[in-house]
Amino acid sequence: MITFDNVTKKYKGMSVPALDRVSFTVDAGAICGVVGLSGAGKSTLIRCMTGLERVDSGTISIGGVSISALTGAELRQAQRNLGVVFQHFNLLSQRTALQNVMFPLEVAGVARNEARDRARELLDIVGLGDKLNSYPSKLSGGQQQRVGIARALATSPKVLLCDEFTSALDPINSKSILELIMRLNADLGVTVLIVTHQLSIAEQSCDRLIVIDEGQIVENGPAKDVLESPKSRILRAMVTTLTWS
Amino acid sequence: MLIRLIWSALLETLLMVGAAGAVSIVLGVLVGAGLVFFSDPALGRNWPVNRYLRLDQVLSAIVNVGRSLPFLVLMVAIIPFTRMIAGTSIGTKAAIVPLTLGAIPFAARVVENSLREVDRGVVEAALVMGASPGQVVFKVMFPEALPSLVLGFTLTLVSLVNFSAMAGAVGGGGLGDLAIRYGYQRFRTDVMAATVAVLIVLVQLMQWGGQALSSTVDRRR
Repeated sequence: MITFDNVTKKYKGMSVPALDRVSFTVDAGAICGVVGLSGAGKSTLIRCMTGLERVDSGTISIGGVSISALTGAELRQAQRNLGVVFQHFNLLSQRTALQNVMFPLEVAGVARNEARDRARELLDIVGLGDKLNSYPSKLSGGQQQRVGIARALATSPKVLLCDEFTSALDPINSKSILELIMRLNADLGVTVLIVTHQLSIAEQSCDRLIVIDEGQIVENGPAKDVLESPKSRILRAMVTTLTWS
Repeated sequence: MLIRLIWSALLETLLMVGAAGAVSIVLGVLVGAGLVFFSDPALGRNWPVNRYLRLDQVLSAIVNVGRSLPFLVLMVAIIPFTRMIAGTSIGTKAAIVPLTLGAIPFAARVVENSLREVDRGVVEAALVMGASPGQVVFKVMFPEALPSLVLGFTLTLVSLVNFSAMAGAVGGGGLGDLAIRYGYQRFRTDVMAATVAVLIVLVQLMQWGGQALSSTVDRRR
């Protein structure tokens, strides 16, 4: 469902590439974790995958569509196959929960009534059926992230990309948001890629685990195996230090 | 007598500020949006024309020219242009032309600043959701910046009250003109005091109204 084929990305003025010949695949319906420390290349991986940055070489495809080769209207069309959940929620502060979830449908040209019905249904699924007309400022962090998840699912994407989605939440809310993602994966069959520096998140939810360090993949395998016998210097360090928090 | 003088001067000021404010806000929105749109790599920075001619830099240079002229100089310098537009270079209606021209660059910078304050994460989120650059500007940036824009327009209108006081130099009338001609040149202290009082009340009301409107449209708290 997600394929990275030899992806390299180097920023102007940097001596080493942010992503260095990265290749991996994620099967449809899986939950895959990408872990690494700050500066390892996680953010670049997300920015390339979402089309915010162009790759220098290699291809990224999502659901068979090579997103890294597209620009303009074709790229915008392809982006609707990918829902993104953000660390800081990134909700529109001047729109209600319902209007926020309607946003991706509006820009896709879906009729207003249809968009409203779909948004209502999604907010019901994430447990916010009674907060349709609340503005983000009146919602808790956990509730805002639920709106973010509903919004990410609005265009019925095949892939849900979760970018440090629990880092801004307390442990209780983190857990319930993670459980929601796992339930959505089971119920809707959406493929999930969780990018995080928190090993505990990956351990609780992921079938597969990829570890990146200095722009390269250093581990890639079933999550259980990778965590039981970490081979890379970086994962050993993460396992034995504070990143379990 | 005093009341009638002040009343008609107030109406002239309101006409000048209202007309110049309306036109300069509309054009300021367009220019300000252009400044942001053409300078942002995620929006219009990479438009084909921008490869040969940086539209944002051209707009910015024009805005800077407008901002660098003292209003009194601008007003006199563009008299031929004013005559072309208004048919005359003297009077309240003629004064609206330089007032508008002076306020457009101001409003454009106000709009630019407000749009740039919009959270980058929200802009990128919209792009990732498949919003086009135009949709990002009109469906994300302007609505998100609305409370700040309202305050910026209030600032623009208050500045116009200030500029309009100089319109007396071209026979534009208004409260500033009244204060100079009666209050100062004819030693009418009562007119001077009354004019100052009316100007203070006017600006207070405008500022109060702008702030009230801004908080009404602000959903962030």
